[in-house]
Amino acid sequence: MTWFIDHLDDVQARTLQHVYLAGLPLVIGLLIALPLGWLARRYPVLYAPFTAGFGLLYTIPSLALFVLLPGLLGTKILDPVNVVVAMTLYTVALLVRTVADGLGAVPEDVQQSATAMGYTRVKRFFAIELPLAVPVISAGLRVAAVSNVSIVSVAAVLGIPQLGLFFTDGFARAFYDPLFVGIIACVVLALVFDVIIVLATRALTPWLRATGDRA
Amino acid sequence: MIPGIVHWLTDPANWSGPDGVPTRLFEHVWYCALALVVASLVAVPVGLWIGHTGRGRFFAVNLAGAARAIPSLGLLYVLVLWLFPKLAGDSAFLVPTLIVLVVLAIPPIMAGAYAGVEGVDPEARDAARGMGMTGGQVLRKVEVPCALPLVFSGLRSATLQVVGTATIAAVAGTGGLGRYLIDGQKVQDFPQMASGALIVALLALGLDLLLALVQRGVVSPGLTGRSTRRGNTPVDVEIDPAGRTVDAPAR
Repeated sequence: MTWFIDHLDDVQARTLQHVYLAGLPLVIGLLIALPLGWLARRYPVLYAPFTAGFGLLYTIPSLALFVLLPGLLGTKILDPVNVVVAMTLYTVALLVRTVADGLGAVPEDVQQSATAMGYTRVKRFFAIELPLAVPVISAGLRVAAVSNVSIVSVAAVLGIPQLGLFFTDGFARAFYDPLFVGIIACVVLALVFDVIIVLATRALTPWLRATGDRA
Repeated sequence: MIPGIVHWLTDPANWSGPDGVPTRLFEHVWYCALALVVASLVAVPVGLWIGHTGRGRFFAVNLAGAARAIPSLGLLYVLVLWLFPKLAGDSAFLVPTLIVLVVLAIPPIMAGAYAGVEGVDPEARDAARGMGMTGGQVLRKVEVPCALPLVFSGLRSATLQVVGTATIAAVAGTGGLGRYLIDGQKVQDFPQMASGALIVALLALGLDLLLALVQRGVVSPGLTGRSTRRGNTPVDVEIDPAGRTVDAPAR
């Protein structure tokens, strides 16, 4: 506990770096996965190759990706951009299928009603299909958020600053305090991300509360 | 980059001895298989029980969520520091690695099992009860077979994560394919790291394919629609899409 108080500055700085490295890819990944998931749903031929193909990205071990990306992107090995790109790839890998399935779960009669009311295809997507798919997409996003927080800490093996550095520090000195502080900070951060996504989902789906349905 | 990888992969020196690809590959598969078997022995019965009785669901969902949030690297270091003085020989490295992988594999497998049982058509369950089946028979003869697609989906998801995460075990001194990444990084041997990464990704793919084949063989054709000739039969069991993401923590 005293160690934690003595190193509050470090904890704060590394937590912020961790938020950036795990959070930014969630946003970028979602923005990339939305059109891809839409394509996979719009053209059934694309569904299998897209969901399986992007799912393949998840098979690349995180450590390997952190090490290989500098070679592919021309960045330095300690550049945080590598981590952001890697985490974005994982987020996309998880979300393409979720987005496609979420859009696919929008009932046919709802879509037909919207069309009958004069919604164009684009307007129908943004006003009807996407909002109705929010609960499913949010479920996938929660998984991605939690897994991102955990995976980012692996980048500490290469020395990229974030909460994972407490693990390498603690292990190198056989000293438990930083290890436990790092683990607790990661779990709390994952929880915070989760709560934010749940609250955002609630705000975006007021009809679920009105009808007493569960998200 | 590509020529370097090809050169490394075709160098016979990298294919023999204790550092050779076959040995490392075997170690990697061995850790993963052991962890997946232990995790399944715990998670499948618990998940089936939760799905069948509907009890303890809240507890299980939250515990699984918390387990997922624990950073594997941190847990590994803590376990190595704590257990290393207590254990002897190879098990000093192996046991911490196994615990980390088991903790990682339990949530998706358990989620698959209970989501699978919960997703069983209530009419099928009622019909089984109506035929006079006991609770155990309903579980064994109706719920488990119907839940298999999602059980497999959870197992496959766990396999992907375990195979990938087993690479970081190398930082704690274990063998496996992660050695190429860690040792390669120390001496800035880029082709070695890239080759190691490639082999791990291929292994993950191969195991996923293997499980997909087993799934095809084990899951009743009546569920997959392969036995019927109607063109518009769904290719998979009808599961509501929120449950289709096996990792979805709550519906």
